[in-house]
Amino acid sequence: MDFYLTALLQGLCYSAIALGIYISMKIFNIPDITTDGSYTLGGAVTGIMLTHHQSTWVILPVVIVAGALAGALTGLIHTKLKINALLAGILVMTGLYSVNLIVLGRSNLPVSDLPSLFNGFHLIADPNQNTLIIISIFVIVITFLIGYLLKTDFGIAMRATGNSESMIRALGVNTDRMKITGLALANALTALSGYLIVQFQGFADISMGIGIVIVGLGSVIIAETLINWFKITSVWISLVLVLAGAVIFQLVLAFTLAIGVDPNLLKLGTAAFVLLIVSLPRLSFNRAS
Amino acid sequence: MIAINDIHKVFNKGKANQVNAVNGITLNIKSEEFLVIVGSNGSGKTTLLNLVAGSVIPDKGTIIIDDNDVTKLADHHRSQWIARVFQNPISGTASDLSILDNFRLAAIRTKPKGLTIGINDQFKQQVKEKIATLGMGLENKIEQSMGTLSGGQRQALTLLMSVMDSCKVLLLDEPTAALDPRSAEVVMRTADKLIADFKLTAILITHNLKDAYNYGTRIIQMSEGLIINDLDSTKKATLKQNDLFDWFG
Repeated sequence: MDFYLTALLQGLCYSAIALGIYISMKIFNIPDITTDGSYTLGGAVTGIMLTHHQSTWVILPVVIVAGALAGALTGLIHTKLKINALLAGILVMTGLYSVNLIVLGRSNLPVSDLPSLFNGFHLIADPNQNTLIIISIFVIVITFLIGYLLKTDFGIAMRATGNSESMIRALGVNTDRMKITGLALANALTALSGYLIVQFQGFADISMGIGIVIVGLGSVIIAETLINWFKITSVWISLVLVLAGAVIFQLVLAFTLAIGVDPNLLKLGTAAFVLLIVSLPRLSFNRAS
Repeated sequence: MIAINDIHKVFNKGKANQVNAVNGITLNIKSEEFLVIVGSNGSGKTTLLNLVAGSVIPDKGTIIIDDNDVTKLADHHRSQWIARVFQNPISGTASDLSILDNFRLAAIRTKPKGLTIGINDQFKQQVKEKIATLGMGLENKIEQSMGTLSGGQRQALTLLMSVMDSCKVLLLDEPTAALDPRSAEVVMRTADKLIADFKLTAILITHNLKDAYNYGTRIIQMSEGLIINDLDSTKKATLKQNDLFDWFG
């Protein structure tokens, strides 16, 4: 059972990435893969600051700003230099690898015996349940903030930017600035996942971000399938489904390991699983028409 | 209201596919004038409209809107005077957003989009009343996404959205080109009524000579980036529909 609880906790940690990918991919319609770099950046900043005995509450805003800067850089390259968003993301992600290595100072940094977000507060005795409560509060606050943002006038303009650029420009919105803001927000959320995971796992690692974008994509695609399935239009329910997507994704991976699949095949399994979810709606759609 | 002075625009300058879209047009559009532009494909009509809107910045010449020199101003800055309806209904509205969200954005076209929630019961009521004037029965569907509506409904709503916030200039780029004849008529009538009711200065591009004949207070014909015919309201009143067909003869 603990096995699945860990998967649930991990899913909740990754829900910030899922929200980030939801914003860049679904709201802005930009395939942003800065993710791998900004996630590790969040983790590296957290790791190094923890070892320098900074409080987790001091680290939090630094991680958010670091992630936002990475995203804004991708946004600037994409909008001002008119470079394809995918390439802009790859460039920043590649560059970030060196940055992360410099920040971290070495390839792996253990932080498990340092005071962190999860062992600093003892709400209940059981450490796993304690972690669950803290992560849940964290995720609820983030989701509430993002949900509120999307409901505001600024948020409606954000949603329209990925939808009909000509319209939103005619309505007086600087779409370039909007996209840069959006990518900054998305990568700040991604870095936040790095922050949570490092404190949860107890170490920061230079390769922790490799392929992490698929976790976000998979979660969003699960959510999107559910959104289309139940014809959801509410912003709030969509966000909750994105969270659910992140958790379901980790539970499926945990299940795959539990039934004895070779851990070396895990990434292959992940890719296959995402392929399956992406193709399912299309298959049934073809039958219907 | 709009003063265009000796404006030029060349695309792909110096390349084999160079296009001299607009070749030195000078045009003064008075306040509350409803200008209709006709001309064959490639005559520079849409470029001229994009120059006014700011989607295209001229190589030479000046554009003054309401006594402000806007020649170098980007389109999202010109939105404080200008509202647009595009040829493609998809361009003028956001498909995935609800009708209500679309109207909210239109209602704050000239204002900053801040971090407050602007949609409240009062606003919903206001939107419902506005939409009811179209007589399309859409007032009870404001939570529905724009994408579920037909092209005609979307164009009619786009028109209505343009007058949600203060608007001086309305640009219509073949707003009925993608519509069936009946929807096209509804959209043109709505446009004509809004232009009169809100005392707008309007520019309409159309290939429909019947619309060009029926609507507007002034008509110009363009060819190869120049104005080759210009009839003011008194001359347009004496114009016969067949004369218009002769322009393209």
